[in-house]
Amino acid sequence: MIVRLIASPVFLMRGGAAFAALLLLAIVLAFAASVGETAIPVKTVMDTIANHLWDAGYSVDVIDAGIIWNYRLSRAIVAASCGAALAVSGAVLQALLRNSLADPYLLGISAGASTGAVSVVILGLGAGMLSLSLGAFIGAVAAFGFVALLALQAGRGTGAIILAGIAGSQMFNALTSFIVTKSASAEQARGIMFWLLGNLSGVRWSDVWLALPVAVIGLLICLWHARALDAFTFGRESAASLGVPVRRVYAVLIASAAMMTAVMVSIVGSIGFVGLVIPHAARFFVGTRHGLVLPLSALIGALFLVCADVISRVIVPGQVLPIGVITALVGAPAFALILCHGRILR
Amino acid sequence: MTLELRDVVWSAGYRKIIKNVSIRVEPGEFLGLIGPNGSGKTSLMSVLSGVRAPAGGRAMLAGRDMKKHGRRKLAQQIGFVEQQADTTDRLTAREAVSLGRTPYLSMLSPWSDRDDVIVERALGDVDMTHLADRFWHTLSGGEKQRIHIARALAQEPKFLLLDEPTNHLDIRHQLGLLELVNRLPVTVVAALHDLNHAAMYCDRIAMMCDGELVGIGSPADILTPENLRDVFGVDANIEHTADGFCLVRYHGSRRINVANKKDRVA
Repeated sequence: MIVRLIASPVFLMRGGAAFAALLLLAIVLAFAASVGETAIPVKTVMDTIANHLWDAGYSVDVIDAGIIWNYRLSRAIVAASCGAALAVSGAVLQALLRNSLADPYLLGISAGASTGAVSVVILGLGAGMLSLSLGAFIGAVAAFGFVALLALQAGRGTGAIILAGIAGSQMFNALTSFIVTKSASAEQARGIMFWLLGNLSGVRWSDVWLALPVAVIGLLICLWHARALDAFTFGRESAASLGVPVRRVYAVLIASAAMMTAVMVSIVGSIGFVGLVIPHAARFFVGTRHGLVLPLSALIGALFLVCADVISRVIVPGQVLPIGVITALVGAPAFALILCHGRILR
Repeated sequence: MTLELRDVVWSAGYRKIIKNVSIRVEPGEFLGLIGPNGSGKTSLMSVLSGVRAPAGGRAMLAGRDMKKHGRRKLAQQIGFVEQQADTTDRLTAREAVSLGRTPYLSMLSPWSDRDDVIVERALGDVDMTHLADRFWHTLSGGEKQRIHIARALAQEPKFLLLDEPTNHLDIRHQLGLLELVNRLPVTVVAALHDLNHAAMYCDRIAMMCDGELVGIGSPADILTPENLRDVFGVDANIEHTADGFCLVRYHGSRRINVANKKDRVA
């Protein structure tokens, strides 16, 4: 049975596609590690990676190796994980909530994360026991809980959760602004501002070991439910009549999306538009089936954010822009283009 | 295999929508569900389909509580076409029908040639093969309804449950759809608005009023002037045809004399 499954043409095709996708991702990651204020040849990047992975013993300049391994590569992998996780979260939320505007950013998760982070950094909540990331994570989960509760109270309509999300976002953003303007020093305010718009500068390998597993496991959980997500095409009741355990799937997938977003936002700050735009781009290429939409969203999201990070590092010489600025600057026109193409709302 | 409700209660908030309904669907029959707006037809259909669990009483398939069957097993036995199920997704008619295979698919039993065959057959059963590659939003109301039924048929169900399947269709498509459903080799339960349609196609009719089942039996037993007056609040005569069918003729204030009406409009 298993053997027949693995030997089947569909499986081989998918395996091939997955391999090609990973290869492409690896190439882009290597490229991202070579581009920067000091350009380093891709060959050097490869040698450095080989040295670290299996002691290949190539001779590489120590400073170059340090920049590649400790700075750029970890940063690129986190960017890729983050893009993939946000895009998959967006795709899942759009499918479950039957709303093409659903997006972790829009549902208040990012806003809550900001409030959490600010509370820790500026108000000193948790008395030094909490890191900025943990604060952001708690804030994200709290905000999503608030929005979900509000949506449940407001009724079942697909619009309810979006409106609840807007209310939640506004409230948490106001809280953040309040805390920043009331208590922060100018220096802190600037730092927070930078973090709020998405910032990969401080990212190190320890962050990779959090972001990468979360993105991979999150993607696998969602992929496992791909058919269930398809069954939501005609709404909840229809999914139930197709044999989908609606409540369980809802709980598992929304929790996964919220966790993925919360973790990513806690590492890199809030990055808008990825979760909203990328799934639409993926559907543009492969149609509506989630078995294809989810992995493609993950791939496009990863590539997009790695490239956006590279651009944010090199576009203004001597200065690093917040990555959120780049994603929105590219994302908004892209979204407008998709909208006008009439592929989303007909 | 039978589908059965025993003393089922279902409420939305504090309002009891269904009160102690017991009903048994016999294999092979076409059971019609009639009743005025708000009488609980839709709620009863969703309890009968297993989509909603009853708040009280038992909903049973093949003599066992539906809950014990599990969602997937239920979906393999019961196909349910809701009243309004639309989508903004860009999917084709065939993809919509393919969703009907969901209860049979899993990681270890992926899509196979057999599933393709079943989907094509379901499309053929509803005469939609020629439109299979059209996008959902380009289909007419009647075509969408047919695709929904094909999706339910792709579940290879023993029971096909239809909630007001002829809503929003013109008369030709209404009759065509009921004709088609009648030909299918499955047990059918359909909530219907048009009493003449119910009389034409149903083996038995169940009549709901105010959340209660007030009668179940042959069309001739249920469609009586008294019932229509008490339940629907309309005056009507029932005409019985020679071949054993009955026909509802409503009384109303007949068309007003045209000259008279012209005066009033002016």
